[in-house]
Amino acid sequence: MQMKEHKYHFTSESLAQEALGEAVSLGATYADVRLIESGSRALATKNGVPTSLDFEESQGLGIRLLCQGAWGFAATHDLSKENVIRTAFKAIKIARASALAQKTPVKLAQESPIQTEWSTPYLIDPFSISIDEQLNFLFQIDEAARKIKGISIVETQMHFEKEKKLFLSSEGSRILQNFITSGAGFNVLAFKGGDLQKRSYPNSFGGQYQRKGYELIHELKLLENVPRMAEEAVQLLSAPSCPQGEKDLILDSSQLGLQIHESVGHPIELDRVLGSEANYAGKSFLTLDQLHHLQYGSPLVHVVADATASHGPGLGTFGFDDEGVPAQRTDIIREGHFVGYLSSRETAPAIHENRSNGTMRAESWNRIPLIRMTNVSLLPQAGTFEELILSTRDGIYLETNRSWSIDDRRLNFQFGTEIGWEIKNGKKGRMVKNPIYWGMTPEFWNACDWICDANHWTLWGTPNCGKGQPCQTMGTGHGASPARFLAVNVGASH
Amino acid sequence: MKILREKSEHIFETILKASQADETEIHFSQTAYSLTRFANNEIHQNMGDEDVEISIRSCFGKKTARVTTNKTDPESLKKMTQLSNHLASLNHEDPHLLPMPKPQKYEGVHHAYEKTDHMKAETRAHAVKVPIQIAQSKNLQSAGIFSNSFTRFAIGNSKGLRAYSEETYAVFSTTMMSNSSGSGWAKFGHSDASKIPVETLALEASEKAVLSKNPIELPAGTYTVILEPSAVLDLLEFMLMDFGGLSVLEQRSAFTEKRGQKIFGSNITLHDNVYHPLQSGAPFDGEGIPKQKITLVEKGILKNLVYSQSSAHRANAKPTGHGFAIPNDGGEAPLNIVMEGGNTSLKQMIENTNQGLLITRFWYIREVDPMQKILTGMTRDGTFLIEDGKMRDAVKNFRFNESLFHLFNNVEELGEPVRASGEEGIDRVVPALKAKDFHFTSSTKY
Repeated sequence: MQMKEHKYHFTSESLAQEALGEAVSLGATYADVRLIESGSRALATKNGVPTSLDFEESQGLGIRLLCQGAWGFAATHDLSKENVIRTAFKAIKIARASALAQKTPVKLAQESPIQTEWSTPYLIDPFSISIDEQLNFLFQIDEAARKIKGISIVETQMHFEKEKKLFLSSEGSRILQNFITSGAGFNVLAFKGGDLQKRSYPNSFGGQYQRKGYELIHELKLLENVPRMAEEAVQLLSAPSCPQGEKDLILDSSQLGLQIHESVGHPIELDRVLGSEANYAGKSFLTLDQLHHLQYGSPLVHVVADATASHGPGLGTFGFDDEGVPAQRTDIIREGHFVGYLSSRETAPAIHENRSNGTMRAESWNRIPLIRMTNVSLLPQAGTFEELILSTRDGIYLETNRSWSIDDRRLNFQFGTEIGWEIKNGKKGRMVKNPIYWGMTPEFWNACDWICDANHWTLWGTPNCGKGQPCQTMGTGHGASPARFLAVNVGASH
Repeated sequence: MKILREKSEHIFETILKASQADETEIHFSQTAYSLTRFANNEIHQNMGDEDVEISIRSCFGKKTARVTTNKTDPESLKKMTQLSNHLASLNHEDPHLLPMPKPQKYEGVHHAYEKTDHMKAETRAHAVKVPIQIAQSKNLQSAGIFSNSFTRFAIGNSKGLRAYSEETYAVFSTTMMSNSSGSGWAKFGHSDASKIPVETLALEASEKAVLSKNPIELPAGTYTVILEPSAVLDLLEFMLMDFGGLSVLEQRSAFTEKRGQKIFGSNITLHDNVYHPLQSGAPFDGEGIPKQKITLVEKGILKNLVYSQSSAHRANAKPTGHGFAIPNDGGEAPLNIVMEGGNTSLKQMIENTNQGLLITRFWYIREVDPMQKILTGMTRDGTFLIEDGKMRDAVKNFRFNESLFHLFNNVEELGEPVRASGEEGIDRVVPALKAKDFHFTSSTKY
């Protein structure tokens, strides 16, 4: 099959051009306009009953500009000419208000203007698949899971999004992008005597999400994995609690994806480092003096932030960010050394870079772009999972996130997973329940002594990353293969 | 409310006329939202947006589906109505789906203030100069927000139900930071922007930042804690779904089979009451059922749950007006918590404490065990050691792992309930409290 590409246009493009022109004529020294049309389809079931069959659409335009050296942003759903002009004027007034309490005028790193189009590569448009087919598939999963004795609740879900985005800037950029996102998964829950155990496939947070078409749903092998997940949920009810102590910890790639998200992805956001997020998400232990000096992890650890399509169909894959900067691949940790941040046109000069590495994204047309993780991934190394288990004398193997928490500078973390197994003398032993592990970020990554090869590597989608005020939800990508960390504190939640 | 009635009725009429479904429900909302954000003692982000949302739910027998749009022209509304009809006709039956409610009577609440709606970016900019100047005078860095919004919301259905709500909301919060690890935080939100004491909050945060300089490290362990209202509020957030009738029916609630039992200490009483003078929110739920005042926990005993139409029918109970918009998988929850308090002031709690910790707020709280209600999270922006009735040193931040059952069985003193703001949910009415044997499991480096 060939990847599909769509050519498209906006009927309101002339309005966006007028908004841009109005902003400049009113005194903006820089302005950009994002015009967005989006749609989503959500289907969900619980115990044989549909719990969601929703379609949502939204359209609107956001104008971001600099006036008197300060930022203003205004957005509207009303795409009448009169209102779009009024919104440009409002953005100017907001920028002038910002200038009342500003120390230094904003300066942007240079970026060459570009006129181009970019689309998510995909094979099957998920919106072309009938509701009947999608619902019936979810009910098949539901029915198969409820056949397993001891299962109390089965939840299934599918979610699809499409977005058309036009970016225009006063510097002359015109960028059209077309995104498709697909996601699906299921959860099975078992109860007994006040205990509740859960298994999620292929991941928690609703499953796996990628910038792909409906082909993702076929690749996930959801139905094939129902018996294993359901049986594990039931078995967990009678499993012993995870033993407490320092163990060699092996994480599956999905849990490691979230570990990367929380303890690498967030602290490398340069706006956070510079204090922009101090009132809500917090700051970062990666102060500017740490760049090129901190031994973040062991020499095996190589982390990149890669928004290019060549990295894979991650939720952080795009052609251009919301400042019109092309997608890039940036080394973050190389051979264990901390070597890079995620930056924007405003923040790049703070680390003596003359160009943004292209990570600014907004949740929708009505929000300001912020530095967001793209695909922040741990690159694979050598060795199979079987060899990893064989080489472990006294360890714990954990799968699928259940809880996650980290301090506001991203040092002290605690994660819980749905399931674990003891590893004794190179063999996977008994199942354990309610496992948690905790530690401090640099110590943890420096304890990494094994990362499996590319055959075990998966690019996971995290659809629910929150940042900013007002809080914006963003999808991020995290590639990882199973890895081992020596002498980590593990225990049980009880 | 006149503008809302006229706007929504026009939309309701267009959709109801176009719908071929057995029953049709429309949610209409119109929002205007503005926010000024500052950091490093200057404004760095500043925005305003306007949006509408029209959400159409169609029913054919026990089949239902919802579509949502922000396009308001008649052609788009007709198209989306037809799509809603089409999706509902394709869906499978939900045996628990009940007919839409008939017209209801609502108690009035007043949560809309013109001055809050009309607050301009320039007004907010002048307001945030206050914390910036306070920070500069104490050699601190300040960050924070000042926002204002107006939301008009209406529900209409084909049985003639009409429900209207208008609400403004303004919120100010600030974090003050010193160069030596110290930080302080304060936040307050209200429908009436003039009730927000910006200077008082900024001074409070700055004083904590100064007091927090050079924190000492204490070992993890069990401590008596004095939790300020924001800390209490953010913990309570993780218990709300457990009071839902559906959660209990499905046995996923920590309160399953505990109704009538003593779950907390005798000094704990919790209500859900949208009509409380310090509360916010619409007086009806996602289906338009009027919200009732419900006593959830009385003197430690689990008294009542909250119900949507559907879960009430399944549990042989009456709906309480706490259901989410249909379809959903969560059922319902009490969102207007009022926790009764006592008459011990924060100052008195400190004076009555031989050794303990004062906690300003928690951060990144997550549920570790849903049935034991064990939560984990961090302290943040003002944690202090109390010895011999006095605040001594600032303390490096701790990670806690604590069961809410354990916490609310160990409360020794309660303050006066206040409207509190946190970061895990909406504003609610809770007191400060003092509790013994709170579990801290590790500390961090600052």
